[in-house]
Amino acid sequence: MRTASGGRAGVRADFPIFARDFGGRPLIYLDSAASSQKPEVVIEALAEHLRNHNANVHRGVYALAQEADAAYDGARARVAAFVGGEPETTIFTKNATEAINLVAYAWGRENLNPTGAVLITQMEHHANIVPWQQLCRERGAELRYLEVDERGELSLEQLDAELARGDVRMLAFAHVSNVLGTINPVAEMTRRARAAGALTLVDGAQAVPHMPVDVAALGADFYAWTGHKALGPTGIGVLHGRREVLEEMQPFLTGGDMIASVDFQSATWNELPYKFEAGTPPIAEAVGLGAAVEYLERLGMERVRAHERSLTAYMLERLAQVPGLRVVGPPEAERRGGLASFTIEGMHPHDIAELADRGGVCIRAGHHCAQPLMRCLGVGATARASVGVYNDAADIDALLDALLAGREVFGLSGA
Amino acid sequence: MDDLYRDYILDHYKRPRNFGELEPHDLEGLEHNPLCGDELGVHILVKDGRIEDIRFHGHGCAISQASASIASEELKGMKLADVGALDADWMIELLGIPVSATRRKCALLNLKVVRGAVTGDNAWPE
Repeated sequence: MRTASGGRAGVRADFPIFARDFGGRPLIYLDSAASSQKPEVVIEALAEHLRNHNANVHRGVYALAQEADAAYDGARARVAAFVGGEPETTIFTKNATEAINLVAYAWGRENLNPTGAVLITQMEHHANIVPWQQLCRERGAELRYLEVDERGELSLEQLDAELARGDVRMLAFAHVSNVLGTINPVAEMTRRARAAGALTLVDGAQAVPHMPVDVAALGADFYAWTGHKALGPTGIGVLHGRREVLEEMQPFLTGGDMIASVDFQSATWNELPYKFEAGTPPIAEAVGLGAAVEYLERLGMERVRAHERSLTAYMLERLAQVPGLRVVGPPEAERRGGLASFTIEGMHPHDIAELADRGGVCIRAGHHCAQPLMRCLGVGATARASVGVYNDAADIDALLDALLAGREVFGLSGA
Repeated sequence: MDDLYRDYILDHYKRPRNFGELEPHDLEGLEHNPLCGDELGVHILVKDGRIEDIRFHGHGCAISQASASIASEELKGMKLADVGALDADWMIELLGIPVSATRRKCALLNLKVVRGAVTGDNAWPE
């Protein structure tokens, strides 16, 4: 896509990694669903913070410490505003996985008992499965799954039927599936859950970097995402929570910074959001993420989505030209995020990815941390190509050339 | 000619030797490749302290399937007492292709399964 300042190279030129030489070729990166590349403004913001503004936060009285405070809390305000959240209910974590674990531990331990159930879906990433498995085992509660249909979508009728059983305390699901690409009807699902008295947690790791997200409008009680997929650094995730629920919750991790006062035998908790941020937080990472969301805002998330939707449509059209290739998930680009998982008859996904790399194309292969979904799809693994703001049609063409060349290496026929 | 996907590798991948089930069998094992979740199992028939017959079953990439197929031909007739000493170098050398660090487990999965079935040692071969 193009920057406001124009130019074909546009956005790509903002990412220094694309200037690197990879054995005589530029990088062709189609693995943004795993982790995005970083624009210069993010790298510079991190470096500038560490170089000139570094101190611990929330305890220092000297000027430098106040700069660090301002940088950290300023980043929180920017990150919150980026997705329609409020700073006090925007908690920084290590990643989306920790954000979900925070809820499973801090909310789940106090609120789930053997009469209750947690409802998740067959399309979840392990990060939104295993914490609930552990919680349900510990609390003697039932863990149930909404099914994925042959289009890779959920059924609102099944959701209603599950909620009608009256025991669902938590509904947790992905905004966008990291394997199928499916965009779930979040607002509709959270509305139905609330009407049935269930809380909701949405895993937005694959949504926030790629489309406009307004956590207030989506209506989830918890919304989790991660920085490194959103052009930011690793080591920082975000949890947005509903204020009333967060206030009632006990802390997750305990220690410094999250307390109001500590006595020999007991402690009281700091206010939101600090109650859920024990120990020195990822300060420089927060600053980097703040720069990342500023950059995305400048591009405009509507434009980011439009760009990735048209690239995805092109990718689906080109992949259909490869003999024996099957894409999983919704057939229409409008109904999916910027990724396509696929199999090729006669080639294992690992071999597909290895051969794509021969053509200089980075794609992922494996179970994508979604083994239950793989079982539902009847495959062991898939290959996955995913796009970001810096990709264009030429990247998709390079993928196609590599896939067709790979089929030749494997001696597969058919045109 | 591709360095990794040589003709004999693809031949073993497409027509794996000693694949299927073996009933009855004396020893068995089943392992997963953590990289992709692929599954590889083995059935072994023992006679006079040697591997009389061997069959692998499961699915996997060209590297893991070809490795199992090639190894099966070497393992047949081998003394059980010698299996525990087989290491990663044995397998990589037998395979005869440059295996990258990320694909190493694909190549070694079959040896892990066999050593587990014979010796009870489920560690990754080193």
